[in-house]
Amino acid sequence: MSLPSQTWPWFRRGLMQLFTVPSLILIFAFTGYAGLCRDSGFTLAETVFMAGTIWALPANVVLIGAVLSKASILTAALSVGLSSIRLLPMTVAIMPEMRMDKTSKVLLYVTSHFVAVTAWIMALERFRNVPKESRAVFFAGLGTGFLVANLSAVALAYELADDLPPLLSAALIFITPLYFLFSLWGSARERESHLAMGLGLALTPVFHALSPKTDILLTGVTGGILAWAAGWLARRRRA
Amino acid sequence: MMMTFDSLDAWWWPFLFILIAGWLPTDGWRLLGVYLAGHIREDSELLVLSRTLATALVAAVIAKLVLYPEGALAGSPLWLRLSAMVLGFAVYMTTGRKVYRGVIAGEALLVGGLWWMGG
Repeated sequence: MSLPSQTWPWFRRGLMQLFTVPSLILIFAFTGYAGLCRDSGFTLAETVFMAGTIWALPANVVLIGAVLSKASILTAALSVGLSSIRLLPMTVAIMPEMRMDKTSKVLLYVTSHFVAVTAWIMALERFRNVPKESRAVFFAGLGTGFLVANLSAVALAYELADDLPPLLSAALIFITPLYFLFSLWGSARERESHLAMGLGLALTPVFHALSPKTDILLTGVTGGILAWAAGWLARRRRA
Repeated sequence: MMMTFDSLDAWWWPFLFILIAGWLPTDGWRLLGVYLAGHIREDSELLVLSRTLATALVAAVIAKLVLYPEGALAGSPLWLRLSAMVLGFAVYMTTGRKVYRGVIAGEALLVGGLWWMGG
């Protein structure tokens, strides 16, 4: 495969996304995961392997829960799969933004591993400043940087005890929903997405009361379909 | 398939378990997503639906972090967390849509509130 001359500069620019506030928040979240794994009896190698292969924190937490409850491998795989369905529409949504006719298919399949909430939100937000033919490479750089830095942080945090003051821990944890909320709003491509966001927020307590174990899935599917249907009706009326 | 994480004593078993129960059901969705995206037209309704589904699912993750937190945030009052999110969003929307400004405003209210209550 011959690489165009613009490849490495954009890969490097993707890597540099490591030095941003959301990236630091993600690293903090992964150090929390390392502590959870150590307290749950996983070895260092298992902890790092699990983080790197799954690469989605909620799914990691679900798998830890399944292992601790002595679930069979099939039950564990089903729980992880159900809790990770969002990765499918997230991947479908981001691919057209970085795919051109000449973009390598292998590159797209490999970089899809980096699709996870923080990288996805960040990439959609930054893509407007990246030429379309360089976005896949930019995203590969961003994902590689995130993966290497967070796996190192996980290994380091596993070895060190975490005893932050509670007020500081609370403040650090709270950055995640604040940051996700604003950048999700900013990354929206159309009004339907803003509506989907509002519905997702508003329906969560409803579905949590009905079914606490599948609340995210039920909320997301209901909110997503309602928002799309509302947009479809509005577009038809205009046409 | 009643095999559990501790079923086998072999060194490789936990890693195989993680691959089957963790890697397969996450990267499976991602790889399927790349395949489907390659077969959907860019102006397709399915693509709009993918975006609304993905957005609503991420919004539900956010709502759960705020409404049902774990760890250090679990002891904080719900009204304080909600007020901090609303204030942060208002600041984000009204001061040029800069994410860091919203984060600082929301954090200031949360930390101030916890500190005032003796947290």
